[in-house]
Amino acid sequence: MSLATAIRTRDVAELPGKRDEDWRWTDLRGLIRVLPDPSQAFDGDLAAGPFDALADDRRVLVNGGEALIDVPADGKATVALRLVSRGAGAHHAGVTITLGANARVRLLESYESDSGSVSQTSLTIVLGEGAAVERLVLAQDHEDAVSVSQAAVRLAPKAEYGQTVVTSGARRQRLETRVIHPGGHASLRLDGVYLLAGKRHSDQTTVVNHESTDGATVQLTKGVVRDQARGVFQGRIVVAEGADRTDARMGHHALILSDRAEVDAKPELEIYADDVACAHGNTVGALDEDALFYARQRGMPEADARAMLTEAFIGEAIDRIWFEDARDIVRAWAAERLRA
Amino acid sequence: MMLNVQNLHASVDGKEILKGLTLEVPAGEVHAIMGPNGAGKSTLSYVLTGRDGYEVTAGSATLDGEDLLALAPDERAARGVFLSFQYPLEIPGVPALTFIRTALNAQRKARGEAEITAPEFLKLARTKAADLKIDFDMLKRALNVGFSGGEKKRMEILQMAMLSPRFLILDETDSGLDIDALRIVSDGVNALRSPERGMLVITHYQRLLDYIKPDRVHVLSGGRIVASGGPELAHELEREGYERYEKAAA
Repeated sequence: MSLATAIRTRDVAELPGKRDEDWRWTDLRGLIRVLPDPSQAFDGDLAAGPFDALADDRRVLVNGGEALIDVPADGKATVALRLVSRGAGAHHAGVTITLGANARVRLLESYESDSGSVSQTSLTIVLGEGAAVERLVLAQDHEDAVSVSQAAVRLAPKAEYGQTVVTSGARRQRLETRVIHPGGHASLRLDGVYLLAGKRHSDQTTVVNHESTDGATVQLTKGVVRDQARGVFQGRIVVAEGADRTDARMGHHALILSDRAEVDAKPELEIYADDVACAHGNTVGALDEDALFYARQRGMPEADARAMLTEAFIGEAIDRIWFEDARDIVRAWAAERLRA
Repeated sequence: MMLNVQNLHASVDGKEILKGLTLEVPAGEVHAIMGPNGAGKSTLSYVLTGRDGYEVTAGSATLDGEDLLALAPDERAARGVFLSFQYPLEIPGVPALTFIRTALNAQRKARGEAEITAPEFLKLARTKAADLKIDFDMLKRALNVGFSGGEKKRMEILQMAMLSPRFLILDETDSGLDIDALRIVSDGVNALRSPERGMLVITHYQRLLDYIKPDRVHVLSGGRIVASGGPELAHELEREGYERYEKAAA
């Protein structure tokens, strides 16, 4: 069952749906009755992408395609990777990124759709020993789009991987990251931010498999949903037998700003090792009315006070992005949406 | 009359707390409100500042003749009403400097004034923080998060000094303060005394009034002002307690 297979075979029976435990809050089979025609090749002009100014290597995949990014040992690159959908067709894209030992890559990835397309992107990211990646994903999909991104990440000992997935959702959207964590003092940060309005949906799913000793994982996802939007967070951390001295911390916190908005969260820790430090925290609630009154008493109009407190709430996740230039872009993007 | 409250009735969750409160504070004067727990002291401060859930069922409250009760909390703030909270809120993720600057500029905008420039603002913050013996680096931290009770109260007075309000309401500002902090906070408040400003100092204990000397003292009991007098009234209450007035209110 996968969207990629369904797009290739044009068989809706291949779509994952609510009977699949892993997809029960992101039902594609119930949504898509007929798969759209394959997307046409696109040869028009594209406006600049959100991270173009920061990158030395720019890759653009419009309506599918393949990209290969290979950074040799000790190499360094900042890659802007744009996954663009034009029109309402169906397509699949594939991206493979490999890093040699001690290579360093900033991957600045964006999803940009302009109508009711159905798209699936598979990414494979393999790190050599001591390599470092910061992956920043900015998903700015159209409200009619169905968009699924699935990344498989393989760490190596002493590698460092940081990720922040930022999204405003789509008609239905899943941003999934699966990480094989070999321990060996490799460190992993998997963060997320979702800001959903209207009838948008977004699903951030992560699975981390700690396979050996001395691995660290930190996770913080923050979400804000309003109107009739729906946010989904599924986070699973598995610590295998013998993967001692694993340190894993997961947090998911969401604000619901209207009665008809919804957040579904499933944090899971599966621990088969004895000597581990694992914790998770999950909260879903409304904006603190006392803090809101306090800010208004100081002179801030209600809308401004709400925006300030909401920005501060998600700011905790945005502040963890490593590079200031990217952090500023994300912060401005979020502020624009929260003040809309 | 600067603050003019007439026959004010207010309820919380359908329960009447203020039952015909009348109070007049002229510009230039400091009035103390004293009363036992549950008398309605905090309710009065929240009704005057417009907190949700505090429903006015009768009476009026005006500031320089303008109906306060018709205004939103932020509009009251822009007109110069400031409440120093009994329990100041923690605002995670918002540095104190950012919070105060946002508030100041929102008030200025509402009054049709230009925004304060960054250098002007920082100079003001440095001066006022030094007056209140607040470490300037503390203002870069999230407002009140992890601050002690005394630090939070000093932060209230700092905001007050920077926002320069016309009418100040201090709700139990002495609670949680040791004697040194009490002196610093009181100095900060006294520095704001002026012929154009009015102040309402709400307190359970007379101690604060040794430092912030009131022109008038009112006893609030059972949701009404049951006695008023000069500063000597505070000493009498300290000696004899509120019992007599509680009986009078009942």
